[in-house]
Amino acid sequence: MNENPLMNTSTEKPILMIENLTVEYDHGLEAVRDVSIQVNPGETYGLAGESGSGKTTLVLAVMRYLGSSGSIKKGNIYLNDLDLRSLDDGELRRIWGNEIALVPQDPQSSLNPSLRIGDQLAEVIRQQPGITPAEVKQESIAWLKQVRLPDPERVAASYPHQISGGMQQRVLIAMALSSSPCLLVLDEPTTNLDVTTQAVILELIHELIHGQTMAILYVTHNLGVIAKYCDRVGMMYAGELVEEAETLSLFSKPLHPYTRGLLDSVPQLGETKDDLLLRPIVGQIPAIGQIPGGCVFRTRCPIAIDICREKPPLFYAGESRFTRCHRWQEIEQGDVDPHQELPAVKTGSNGNFTRSASTLAVEGLSVTFPVQRSLKEVLSGTPRNAVNAVCDINLEIPPGSTLGLVGESGSGKTTIARSIMGLQETYSGTIKLHQLELPDRLSRRDLELLRLLQIVFQNPGEALNPHLTIGETLRRPYIRLMGLSNEEAARKVTEILTDVHLPPEYAGRLPGQLSGGEMQRIALARAIASNPDLLILDEPVSSLDVSVQAAVLNLVGELQADHQNSLLFISHDLAVVGYLANQTAVIYLGHLMELSGQGDLFQSPHHPYTEALISAIPDINPQKQKTPVQLEGDIPDPANTPGGCPFHPRCPRYLGEICSTEFPTWQVDGKTGKSILCHIPLVELAKSQDQLAQKGNR
Amino acid sequence: MTSVSNSSYDSLSVVPSWGRRFTVVVRHLFSSPVTAVGVSITFLFLVVAIIGPFIAPYGANEIIPADARQPPSADHWFGTDNLGRDVFSRVLLGAREILILAGLGTVLAVFLGTFFGLLTGYAGGWFDEITMRIFDSLLALPALLLALLLLGTVGNSRYSILIVIIVVYTPIVARVVRSVVLTVKQQGFVEAARLVGETRTRILLREILPSVLPTLSVESALRFSYAIFLVASLGFLGVGVQPPSPNWGLMVKEARAYASLIPWALFFPALAISMVVIGVNLFADGLKSILSPGQVE
Repeated sequence: MNENPLMNTSTEKPILMIENLTVEYDHGLEAVRDVSIQVNPGETYGLAGESGSGKTTLVLAVMRYLGSSGSIKKGNIYLNDLDLRSLDDGELRRIWGNEIALVPQDPQSSLNPSLRIGDQLAEVIRQQPGITPAEVKQESIAWLKQVRLPDPERVAASYPHQISGGMQQRVLIAMALSSSPCLLVLDEPTTNLDVTTQAVILELIHELIHGQTMAILYVTHNLGVIAKYCDRVGMMYAGELVEEAETLSLFSKPLHPYTRGLLDSVPQLGETKDDLLLRPIVGQIPAIGQIPGGCVFRTRCPIAIDICREKPPLFYAGESRFTRCHRWQEIEQGDVDPHQELPAVKTGSNGNFTRSASTLAVEGLSVTFPVQRSLKEVLSGTPRNAVNAVCDINLEIPPGSTLGLVGESGSGKTTIARSIMGLQETYSGTIKLHQLELPDRLSRRDLELLRLLQIVFQNPGEALNPHLTIGETLRRPYIRLMGLSNEEAARKVTEILTDVHLPPEYAGRLPGQLSGGEMQRIALARAIASNPDLLILDEPVSSLDVSVQAAVLNLVGELQADHQNSLLFISHDLAVVGYLANQTAVIYLGHLMELSGQGDLFQSPHHPYTEALISAIPDINPQKQKTPVQLEGDIPDPANTPGGCPFHPRCPRYLGEICSTEFPTWQVDGKTGKSILCHIPLVELAKSQDQLAQKGNR
Repeated sequence: MTSVSNSSYDSLSVVPSWGRRFTVVVRHLFSSPVTAVGVSITFLFLVVAIIGPFIAPYGANEIIPADARQPPSADHWFGTDNLGRDVFSRVLLGAREILILAGLGTVLAVFLGTFFGLLTGYAGGWFDEITMRIFDSLLALPALLLALLLLGTVGNSRYSILIVIIVVYTPIVARVVRSVVLTVKQQGFVEAARLVGETRTRILLREILPSVLPTLSVESALRFSYAIFLVASLGFLGVGVQPPSPNWGLMVKEARAYASLIPWALFFPALAISMVVIGVNLFADGLKSILSPGQVE
C-alpha cells in the first residue's frame, strides 16, 4: 500500500502539478481539501464531479482567480516548475492566456457584447511578440477558419449576439488555443449547448489538440464525455479527490462506491424501465458546512462500516490508480458490491395500447407567434412575420402509457406542453382528452378538467412559491380540485409526502430549505395529488444532479405503476426518454420527425436527425464509443424555416433537390412499426445506418 | 423576506415566526453603519412625534414678547422667533403633524397603489391600458404643480394635503408594484396555482403579493420621505396648513423674511426637514439592500 499520491509511473515531467491543495473560503469553509493532481504533456485529464464537489474552486485556484473571499490555505501549484502561488498580479496577467488558457462554461458572458468578434480575438493574438497589425488580422481570420466557422470574415465582423452559442464557443476555443498555451483548462465547455452541437464542438477540440504537447484539464459532470475524450480521470466529491485512475480502468472497474454509484445512476441508451430500476445514490451531496467527518461519502455509501468514521487516505491501488475508500481491496476482489440490485417494477403496461381509446389526442396542432414589427416596417407596410413554433403535430397517448417527446432547444417541445395545459392561449388544431375537445384557454376549463391534467415544470425552484410552506402548496390541489376540507387535505399531504419518499415534517418547511431534487419531488407530489389522467413532465430532471436524477425518474415510474396515469415526458436526453417511454416522438423545428415504439428508438432505421442525436451522446463505456454524425450549422431561425424537409440544410443524408423542395411523407417500417418522415426509403436508411454503426465502433 | 431569513438559520429548522424574521431584519439593518444612522434618525423623529407634546418646554403658540428674537440659550435651545415663540418647542410639536400627515398619506397611497398595481399587472389587456394611461397623465405633471392645482379645487385644509399625497403617489406605487407583478406572474408557481384552480383573488394575495412585499416596503419608505418633503414644501408655499400651525415648512417661510436677523429660526426647522428626509431615505436604502435577493451573503 503506497500512500503517496504523487507517485507517477510516467517518466515525463508533468506540466501541471497540484500538491495537497486546500482552498478555504471566508468563514473557514474548505471547498477543496488536500487534492493532488498532475497533468502530463499531451494528456487530457478529466476532473469529474457533481455540483458542489469543488471542481470549479479547484480550477479557480489553478488559475489563481479565487477572488477576495477565497484563499489557498495549504499546498502548492506548479506549472512547469513555476510556483503559481508566488506570482504577483503582473506576472499572473502574463501567465493568463499565454501559459494557461481557459474555455469557460458560458460563452455568452465571456465575450464582450460591445466588441466585434475579430477585435476580441485580435486582442489575444496581439500579445505574441513581434507581430504586426496586418499579421494580427490575418492570424485572427486563420484561427476562425481553424475552428471551422463558416465565412470567418463575416464572423470576425459580427458582434457576439449575432452568432449562435455553438459559434461563440468556437470563438473562445480559438482564443484559448491561439496563444499555444502549455495548459488548457476546459470548464464544462459544452454544458449549455445542445447535444448535436456538443458533439461537433467536442470533436473539434479533440482534433485541434491531437498531437499537441499541451496538458489539458477537462472539468465536467458528464461522465460520457470523460469516457470518450480523457486519458485519466479524477473523481471529486465534497471537495476531495475520491478516486483517480486511467479512464479505461475507472469505467470498467470503479474502486470507489461513489464512482460506482454515479455510473449506475444514469440510464444507458436502450435500457428501459421494464428491464431495470435505476440505482440512485441515496441522499444528496452535503453542503459545504455539513461535510461528515471521516470518509466524506460515508453518509450516502451503501457499504459503509465502522472504520469509515476514520478519514481514509488516498490508497495506492495499482498502477496510477488511487482511491479514497477503506474497503477498496474488498471491492476490487468482489467481496463487497456497492451495486444494489434493484428489481424492475412492472408497470403492467404491455404495449397493447392502440386498442383502447386514447387519453390524449393531439390533432394538427400548430402554434405561431407573431413577430413584433419595427415602426419602419409598420410604415412601409411589411407584412407581419410569424414564428412557426409548432407545425401540424399529431400525437396520441393511450391510457397508462408514456409518450416521450425529444428535441433540442427551440424545437417546440414546451410549446406543445403549454398548449395542452391551456397556458398557450392561441393555437390551431384540436386537443382531445378522452375524446372530448379541450377548451383552448385555461380560464374556460372547469375544475374537473384541471384535475385531470397536471404538469411538472422544468425548474423546481421556480415552480414552488418561495413564500409558501410545502404543506400549504400541497394542500391546495386537495382543497380546490378534490373538494377536501383543510384537515382532510393536511392528512393527505402527509400521505403524499411519504409517497414521494420525503418525511412528513417537510410540510412545515419553505422551498428554500430544500435541495433541487427534493423540490422536484414536491412539484411531482402537487401534480399527482389530484390523480390526473394525464401528467406532463417537462424536462423534470435536467436541472438536477446525476445522482439525484435517478431517484426522481424511479419515482415517476413507481407513481405511474400505482396510478396508471398517462405521461407525456419531455426531454432532450434520449437515454432518459428511452428508459421511461413506451413511445417516443422526435421533433425538430416544430415538426414531428419520427415516432417509435418501446425499444425501437435505438434500432435502425432512424430518421437522419434521430441518428445524429443518438450518435451525439457519448457512452459511459470508453470502449463503446461511436463516431458522432456531425450536423452542420445551427438550428435555423424558426421565423425563417427552410422549405421542403425542415431538416434538409443540416441533413448528412441529403438526397438532392427533392429534400429542399418537397415536404416528405410518412413512411412506416414494417418490422418495428416506426414512422419516419423522410424521402429516403427506410430500407436504404437502415442499411447505411447499420453499416455506419459497425464502422463507427471504435 | 425569506432570502434574509434563509441565510440566518440552519436548513433544518421550521418556518421562522414573524418575530424571528423581524429580529433578523433589524440585525441586518444595524450591520451597516450608514443604515444604522438612517434607522436611528427615523426612530428619533418617531419618538419625538409621540412624546413631543409632553416634553416641549413651551406651547406652540405661546408668545413671550420679552424673549423675542433671542439666539439659542439654555432657556431657548433653538432660540426664539420674530414673535417670541420658542423654536425648540415648535420644532418638537411640528414633528407630530408632519409625520402623521405624511405617514397617513403614504399608507393610503401605498394601499391604493398596491391594489391597482396588482390588478393591472395581473389582468393586463384594456383595463391595464386605461388605468396606466390615466396614471401616466398624472405622473406627467410635476408633483408640486399637481398639488397646487388640487388644493385650488378641493380647498385649503389638512385633508386636502392627504388627498394631494394620495393622488401624487398612488400612480408611482402602482407602477412599481405592476412591474414586479409582471415578472412574478411569469414564474412557474403562478401558473401552477392557476392549474390547481385557484381563484384570482387568492393568486393575487397569497401567491403574488408576498413576492411584491420586499419591493413594496422599500418603496413605501421612499414615498414616506418624499411625502414629508411634500408636506413641508406645501407649508413653505403657504398652502394647505395655515399659520400659526407649527408646520416646519411654514416656519421656514415665516423666518425667511428675518433670515439675517434671526437665522436660528430658519435653520432649525430646515435642519429638521432635511434630517428626517435623509434619515428615512438612508433607512429605505438599507432596507433595499437587505430585501433584494442576492445582496445578502
